[in-house]
Amino acid sequence: MQTIDLTEVGLRETNQTLHAQADNTNQTEWEIVNPRGSHAIACGLNAPIEVTVKGSTGYYCAGMNQQATVNIQGSAGPGTGENIMSGKIVIEGDASQYLGATGHGGLIVVKGNASSRCGISMKGVNIVVQGNIGHMSAFMGQSGNLVVCGDAGDALGDSCYEAQFFVQGSVKSLGADCERKEMRDEHLTLLQGLLDEAGIDADPNNFTRYGSARTLYNFDVDNAGAY
Amino acid sequence: MNKHDSKGIPHTTPRQSATFTQDINSDIRRAAATGIYDIRGGGAKRKVPSFDDLLFMGASISRYPLEGYREKCETNVTIGGLNASNPIELDIPITIAGMSFGALSGPAKEALGRGASAAGTSTTTGDGGMTPEERGHSNKLVYQYLPSRYGMNPDDLRKADAIEIVVGQGAKPGGGGMLLGQKISDRVAEMRNLPKGIDQRSACRHPDWTGPDDLEIKILELREITGWKVPIYVKVAGARPYYDTTLAIKAGADAVVLDGMQGGTAATQDVFIEHVGQPTLAIVRPAVQALQDLGMHRKVQLILSGGIRSGADVAKAMALGADAVAIGTAALIALGDNDPKWEKEYNELGTTAGAYDDWHEGQDPAGITTQDPELMKRFDPIEGGRRLSNYLKVMTLEAQTIARACGKNHLHNLEPEDLVALTMEAAAMAKVPLAGTDWYPGKPNTSY
Repeated sequence: MQTIDLTEVGLRETNQTLHAQADNTNQTEWEIVNPRGSHAIACGLNAPIEVTVKGSTGYYCAGMNQQATVNIQGSAGPGTGENIMSGKIVIEGDASQYLGATGHGGLIVVKGNASSRCGISMKGVNIVVQGNIGHMSAFMGQSGNLVVCGDAGDALGDSCYEAQFFVQGSVKSLGADCERKEMRDEHLTLLQGLLDEAGIDADPNNFTRYGSARTLYNFDVDNAGAY
Repeated sequence: MNKHDSKGIPHTTPRQSATFTQDINSDIRRAAATGIYDIRGGGAKRKVPSFDDLLFMGASISRYPLEGYREKCETNVTIGGLNASNPIELDIPITIAGMSFGALSGPAKEALGRGASAAGTSTTTGDGGMTPEERGHSNKLVYQYLPSRYGMNPDDLRKADAIEIVVGQGAKPGGGGMLLGQKISDRVAEMRNLPKGIDQRSACRHPDWTGPDDLEIKILELREITGWKVPIYVKVAGARPYYDTTLAIKAGADAVVLDGMQGGTAATQDVFIEHVGQPTLAIVRPAVQALQDLGMHRKVQLILSGGIRSGADVAKAMALGADAVAIGTAALIALGDNDPKWEKEYNELGTTAGAYDDWHEGQDPAGITTQDPELMKRFDPIEGGRRLSNYLKVMTLEAQTIARACGKNHLHNLEPEDLVALTMEAAAMAKVPLAGTDWYPGKPNTSY
């Protein structure tokens, strides 16, 4: 285990040290102490390493992550894991807004709650939230899965494309062109896999699936009020 | 037509309305027939005060000119030296503006790279990500970071020579984009993670930041990911140029790209293009003022775009304080867009060469703004690249000709003092004297 004290080493050197780890590095376990809410910690990683951040983080922690596993032992600021491509991010506390925005792949797990616009414009990432999520989540979501073990706020999945959403609790309201969908066997299997990967004990049969009604895919003046 | 009625009383001459013109009436009829607003490509077509309303005075007894074929007039520009360890070094201050693969065909993007590289300048990606042919043929490639993040990929980000955070564009300040289903081919759909054939909407705001304080953190993140190597530009529409430039500088931009309303778009509502934003002439001085007020003029570069067509436009932009310009529509015309040789086919599409702007429909006879494999075959990227390179060289020679005539040994040495304005409006916007006077509207310490 390599330990970096962020307040002593500084952000730039910390990230450059992590960026310097190649695919075949034998220094696979890293620990960052004293993050103190700093922004852009461990962003742009691209190696199969495990980074544990001992505390809360600011904006864009683990942004654009590739391959790495980043564990935040605190709460995470806005845009955590934005545009994640692969790998895994685990947030032990709560996550602020825009979690996993535009993420293309990989998995983000939140043990607490996630704020508004969780998974906005998601493009393939899987997000599993043990608690609740805020309003306008998965706005314009293109692909990937958003799993919510608690409740979802207003306008879930507004203007979504092919992303799908599994909610165990209540949904305050659905966004434009988002509708309740049938939960078939393949969805139960998919959901069980995501819950297992996230390490969360929940029964897929208690969830409801939501996705695009596909009525806004091609512009139609009769739908103008929905835009 | 009878000039008199049956009683011998003269008819008045039929008079067209200046308010309800034939153009306006056709807009009304189209709206009434369809119930949908008009979407088109390109920039503002209405006449607005422009660089055509400015003139250079040239040298005289008080200034001496430089010899055209013997004395040097430099054209190079460095962009992003403030924070980037690898700033962009360009031979000429005319760059190619962001245009997406999707809006343009792959061969058209390749031609832009070929032409720009041959002329010693940069090209820019667009909404939809970076294609291998574009990266391969562009010596200097600027990677646009857009609200939609279609095709956004950190591997491509690290391959870029600069990053341009797009906040807005001159054709549609405050608006997103639309790529209609006809242009969402298999390849475009795959790059954008979208189903084939749907109408693709581009967001008008970034999904993970709002406001100047967030922008500062976003720039920090991009610098951290790219190791502080490449410059980071911020592109804004010509909406509130003084404040937007100020805020971009405050957020840490290495360069500000400022796009006036004549700047083109692949597709948006006609009402947006014609009625939102400011003319390019009107936005440059406020932006330069912001740079000067912060002591950052020539440290943070200003790249001006929106209707730049000639070396004269380049020289005027630089005289007003820009460090470089960007061209989009002009580059497409150089490649062969709207060429009269396709007139018959333009007529079949209900338009004429020079007026064709339905780029979003993917039926471009010139094979440039399309994803149709058959139409794309009409366009040769090698020939297109050569034409663009020629055009860039001519623009540069023209700008040098003017600069030498003003006694300047570098295009950057052109200054507002070299200019006069032909109209009151242009004088007020450019803050240069109305020709024949020493005054412009709003000039300090005058009685007007």
